[in-house]
Amino acid sequence: MSLVRAERLTKTYRSGGLEVQALLDAGFAIEPASFVAFVGPSGSGKTTLLNLVGCLDHPTSGRLEVLDTDVSKLDRRAAARFRGEHIGFVFQDFNLIPVLTAYENVEYPLIMVQRWPARKRRERVLRLLDAVGMADQSSKRPDQLSGGQKQRVAVARALVSDARLVLADEPTANLDHQTAHLVIDLMRRMRDEFGTTFVFSTHDPKIMGAAEVTFLLEDGRIVSRQETREVAHA
Amino acid sequence: MRDVLRMASRNLSRYRRRTLLTLLLIVIGTVSVVLFVAVTGSFKAMMVGQITDSVLGHLEVHRKGYVASIDNLPLNLNLRPNVVAKVEEALQGTDAVETYSPRVKLGAMFSNFTETTSIRVNGVDPAREAATVPLLPGRMLEGSKEGPLVNKGEILIPVLLARGMRTKVGDTVVLVATNRDGSVNGKTFVVRGILESISGPGGRDGYVHIDDARNLLRMQEPEVSEIAIRLRSPARLDQVSARLKDALEPVITKEGKPMLEVHTWADLSPFANLARMIDLMTLFIKVLLVSIVLVSVMNVMIMAVYERIREIGTLAAMGTLPGRILSLFLTEGLLLGIIGTAVSTVIAIATIYALNVRPITFSFGMQQNLLLTPAIAASEVAAIAGMVIAVAVVASLQPAWKASRLDPIGALRHV
Repeated sequence: MSLVRAERLTKTYRSGGLEVQALLDAGFAIEPASFVAFVGPSGSGKTTLLNLVGCLDHPTSGRLEVLDTDVSKLDRRAAARFRGEHIGFVFQDFNLIPVLTAYENVEYPLIMVQRWPARKRRERVLRLLDAVGMADQSSKRPDQLSGGQKQRVAVARALVSDARLVLADEPTANLDHQTAHLVIDLMRRMRDEFGTTFVFSTHDPKIMGAAEVTFLLEDGRIVSRQETREVAHA
Repeated sequence: MRDVLRMASRNLSRYRRRTLLTLLLIVIGTVSVVLFVAVTGSFKAMMVGQITDSVLGHLEVHRKGYVASIDNLPLNLNLRPNVVAKVEEALQGTDAVETYSPRVKLGAMFSNFTETTSIRVNGVDPAREAATVPLLPGRMLEGSKEGPLVNKGEILIPVLLARGMRTKVGDTVVLVATNRDGSVNGKTFVVRGILESISGPGGRDGYVHIDDARNLLRMQEPEVSEIAIRLRSPARLDQVSARLKDALEPVITKEGKPMLEVHTWADLSPFANLARMIDLMTLFIKVLLVSIVLVSVMNVMIMAVYERIREIGTLAAMGTLPGRILSLFLTEGLLLGIIGTAVSTVIAIATIYALNVRPITFSFGMQQNLLLTPAIAASEVAAIAGMVIAVAVVASLQPAWKASRLDPIGALRHV
């Protein structure tokens, strides 16, 4: 059973009176615990696709199921609830809250979204920080961390609430090549450890090869699917 | 809710500069409101006190129609002894009444043997008058304040009359008055003291002993023109006035109509209008300063939302429900209001205390060296605090609503 299944997924924007076809008839399936990349040049529809899968946006037409839920029909509140329960996000700009420490940033979803009790919360946050190798930096604020460290914290935050699916939009775009690989390796390791499905977008050819399944997007269409390695199941 | 409270307080402590700026605005506004209310309240209380404690008393009882023609001081509307006894009985049965003073009021000609002028005179029982209007002896500019307020054969005259008639303490003067029947009588008095004039009714009256007034008017029986009443608590003025009216209602004329009327000081003094203006001005200033707090908090909260759009987008993307985001920002506003109000209250009360320890002196009209001792009721402070907290929450409502409605995609793209 696929974790994500899309059929004839289309997204059209109106921008300055013009219709922009961001995604056209996209069909794909993502299996549980897979490590998937959507690759393509800027403007190819990667972010739009991740926004749709992440229930941040609605498709103009087509069908999109995530965890057997037709997310295209979810209203704003239901979509938020669904994201909170099942989906984690890693952003290109890290999007850590600047006034909070690494620990507090990871803890944030457990307080504001899932409302875990304090003790359980603490155990979970420390475990995740340890898993991403940031346990010794937990009291530092984002401006005291390097780009790679920030993204590690962001990965921990995405995983902290037991998300089944983590969506990472260009997670390495603001990192140097070496750090980018470290972050991708970390994500794959987290997939192995927690069985979470990781879907990321990138236009960096050196990163593309790290995915087990790669979808190539061009002008809003998925033009190819390539399996580079066997999909690992948790 | 406890989590939201914790997150909100943490956000406020971390966004320190913005929090301090907002708190500063709240504190300036609230302290200004509290101090203004305390100072104007004290000014008003002092002015009311001057009027009630040196001339009018808190309440006065007259025969019906007397106040309407008070400028003529009509002797035919005096209270007979049997009526006075009924009034005294009612007053003695009212716990809220501290004391009272019967007065005989008359208009007379005042002569220093070379010049003559008119004067309004109060015939009073010195001890009871001093107890009812305790600031009256303090108005004595010249003459001895020792002993009774005024002895038989003595007169206290207002300073303006003393200057105009070039009359000094110890001089002998003559009062000539017409009694109810139209016959004229005169009596000599020694000037015992010269009184400071104050504005308002009775503020430029002379005082003689009540027995002298009755003798001058050749009264057959001890009539009274009015009874001035001092209350234990001026705050209960309206309540006591109503009770007294009820108690005196059974005193009726031969025609079966009510014989007596009860007036508060506010009914008798034009200063009541000034007091109402002070109240109105206080309200206006309150509204103005609270508006400043409202606009300030709203401005800072709008800026806070604007600066934190990416944070809000991240929160929304992570699945935070709009209501939770709304409550987070509202709680921040609420906490700002509570902290700001708490700090303001401490500063304001400390300032009021300091102003009471080292009072400011000022002049008002002819009255010099009046002490400004601001005071404010706890209920008033609580009302202002409640209003400021409510305003802080209301000011946060629009930015909080905006934050909760932000589109996560747009918010995440925000630079």
